[in-house]
Amino acid sequence: MSTLEIKGLHVEIEGKEILKGVDLTINTNEIHAIMGPNGTGKSTLAQAIMGHPRYEVTAGTITLDGEDVLEMEVDERARAGIFLAMQYPSEVNGVTNADFLRSSINAKREEGDEIPLMSFIRELDAKMETLEMDEDMATRYLNEGFSGGEKKRNEILQLMMLKPKFAVLDEIDSGLDIDALKVVAKGVNELRGEDFGCLIITHYQRLLDYITPDKVHVMIQGKVVQSGGAELALKLEEQGYDWLHEELGIEAETVEQEA
Amino acid sequence: MTVETKLALTEQDVRSYSEKMNEAAWMTDFRADAFAKLEQLPMPKPDKTRIDRWNFTDFPIHAVESSVYSSLDELPAKARELFDAEKPGSLYIQHNNTPAFLSLSDDLKAKGVILTDIFTATREHGELVKKYYMTNGVKVDEHKLTALNAAFMNGGVFVYVPKNVVIEEPIQALFLHDDEQVSLFNHIIVVAEANSSFTYIENYMSTVANAKGQANIVSEVFTGDNSNVTYGAVDVLSEGFTTYVNRRGVTGRDSQLNWVLGLMNDGNTIAENITHLVGDNSGADMKTVVVGTGKQRQNFTTEIISWGKNTNGMILKHAVVKDESTAIFNGIGKITKGAVGSNAEQESRMLMLSPRARADANPILLIDEDEVTAGHAATVGRVDPIEMFYLMSRGITKTEAERLIIHGFLAPVVDKLKVEGVKKLLTEVIERKVR
Ligand SMILES: Nc1ncnc2c1ncn2[C@@H]1O[C@H](COP(=O)(O)OP(=O)(O)OP(=O)(O)O)[C@@H](O)[C@H]1O
Ligand SMILES: [Mg+2]
Repeated sequence: MSTLEIKGLHVEIEGKEILKGVDLTINTNEIHAIMGPNGTGKSTLAQAIMGHPRYEVTAGTITLDGEDVLEMEVDERARAGIFLAMQYPSEVNGVTNADFLRSSINAKREEGDEIPLMSFIRELDAKMETLEMDEDMATRYLNEGFSGGEKKRNEILQLMMLKPKFAVLDEIDSGLDIDALKVVAKGVNELRGEDFGCLIITHYQRLLDYITPDKVHVMIQGKVVQSGGAELALKLEEQGYDWLHEELGIEAETVEQEA
Repeated sequence: MTVETKLALTEQDVRSYSEKMNEAAWMTDFRADAFAKLEQLPMPKPDKTRIDRWNFTDFPIHAVESSVYSSLDELPAKARELFDAEKPGSLYIQHNNTPAFLSLSDDLKAKGVILTDIFTATREHGELVKKYYMTNGVKVDEHKLTALNAAFMNGGVFVYVPKNVVIEEPIQALFLHDDEQVSLFNHIIVVAEANSSFTYIENYMSTVANAKGQANIVSEVFTGDNSNVTYGAVDVLSEGFTTYVNRRGVTGRDSQLNWVLGLMNDGNTIAENITHLVGDNSGADMKTVVVGTGKQRQNFTTEIISWGKNTNGMILKHAVVKDESTAIFNGIGKITKGAVGSNAEQESRMLMLSPRARADANPILLIDEDEVTAGHAATVGRVDPIEMFYLMSRGITKTEAERLIIHGFLAPVVDKLKVEGVKKLLTEVIERKVR
């Protein structure tokens, strides 16, 4: 079993404190979900785990099986087994999806032990079929001109090809139609097991109908304010966050809504 | 101070060289005429680069004699990769200044296709060569460097594709440089008659790290009515050459001329690529990639001039500069009076890899007609840290991520080179330069 442990995490963006002491422990063979209103710091948590250059950790720790993750470069974190499916993945001109994936896979392997081209292609074909992706997605430039939903599927394709120990999925369901949602859930469920732990950031219970979480957390104003089982997501879906604000005595902040 | 432009050669030297190369007599006189003009002609004035201290005229020796190849096995391995050794197809190889290998299928010969070194062409296809050689394309008296090319020409190739001939396999030329003393005064003529279609790809390859000579290269391309020509080039000439390279196109009605240029010289370079869209409904698509390194200074002028109605000009340039190199990109879209319905577009993308490298995009639109469309876009930037983060978040190291981004940045042009071997070579050259 592996463990990703976050303790007392404080994170700033451009001098503004967004995370104000987050504690969270995820083991392999567990699926956690984080929900919470817009702008409360869910993506910030995800980016801080991965090591995004604009997010500064000012206090707290992140460890992977005791190893200090914050000491690692972004690529080292990935090779240690952390994966982030981004809310807004970059478009990279001129780099084909397939080349990118192959480089990513080979980055984890020793020099001279690169994945044989044929096995790579076979595996890629199979995963793309699972995700019902068009064949030409492999030869197109990375995310360039991909629709919102296609980008999300492409993130899951990377997840499935790289098979990390821990994946953080940031709003992997937003912009997906209901069929795509099922497909993406199928992809994640394929990975479920002893060697895989997952943190799903979502606004909608719907995704959790397909990927049943072991734990659900609520983040408000930069802190995890409530944790529970799958039933917590259902309650949030029905009642929103107001009852939590009241119960916990948090003053609701006006947050900028996403466009 | 201006570099002394006194030339080591005399008119008599030029005449005897022509005779030695067994050229047609008209060419001997043509050279002598050009030589006579040399003295008075001014140097070219590339916008935003001062070249009055550059040396374009000194060189150790006018021409050398190098070995010819009886088989492709005799080529250096790097050069062999450019071709399909099993079936070399249509191929001309020049070894320094010596025509060294020629291959053209009987089928193409029977169709009237001509592929031959320029000396032979003046003799065997005199009327044709005379019609196109510095008449309608590049003029002898444009400036000192064009006259220099005319007088001192010591290599080049003549490509002629008759009416209605469509060639699928590219015609390839290799100019192999492996002697420090060598100067290249090459002249290339490519003629596409009506309704023909083909690709010509040339490689300039140095296998010696240093050069003491000059590279003065002139290419003229003529596309007949309704023809379609792609002209690809990968220039990788070694440091020490001061390169002047002038590639010019003139289009006939309904024809299309595509340029795909990988300009990867290691020395200072002045490159000029101009296409005159003369025929109505003709088009030019000019794609250029450049990598500047070290203290290299380079100036690239890309220009499309619309004369005919409904012509279409597209310019795309991607450049990477590092170290202390400087690269100036002059992009000119010109639509003359009467070229109704024409379009001039250009796009320049520059990536700067180090703080002391400089890339300047200098887009110019000169429009003398009302009913036209035109536009330009230019960006000068650095590697995007968010893109880097994305790639690295999949385990890719910083170095490898940078490599992917740079290759990706140049790919839209590199991928247009249709020959795998040439594409591979260009990719390797880029690799070496950006490392
Ligand atoms: N560059 C920045 N400068 C200042 N504030 C920023 C910057 N980037 C993000 N923020 C703020 O950080 C806060 C947390 O953002 P984050 O993206 O983590 O929210 P989220 O919980 O993922 O929201 P959503 O559900 O809308 O995706 C927001 O209020 C946002 O405006
Ligand atoms: Mg978010």
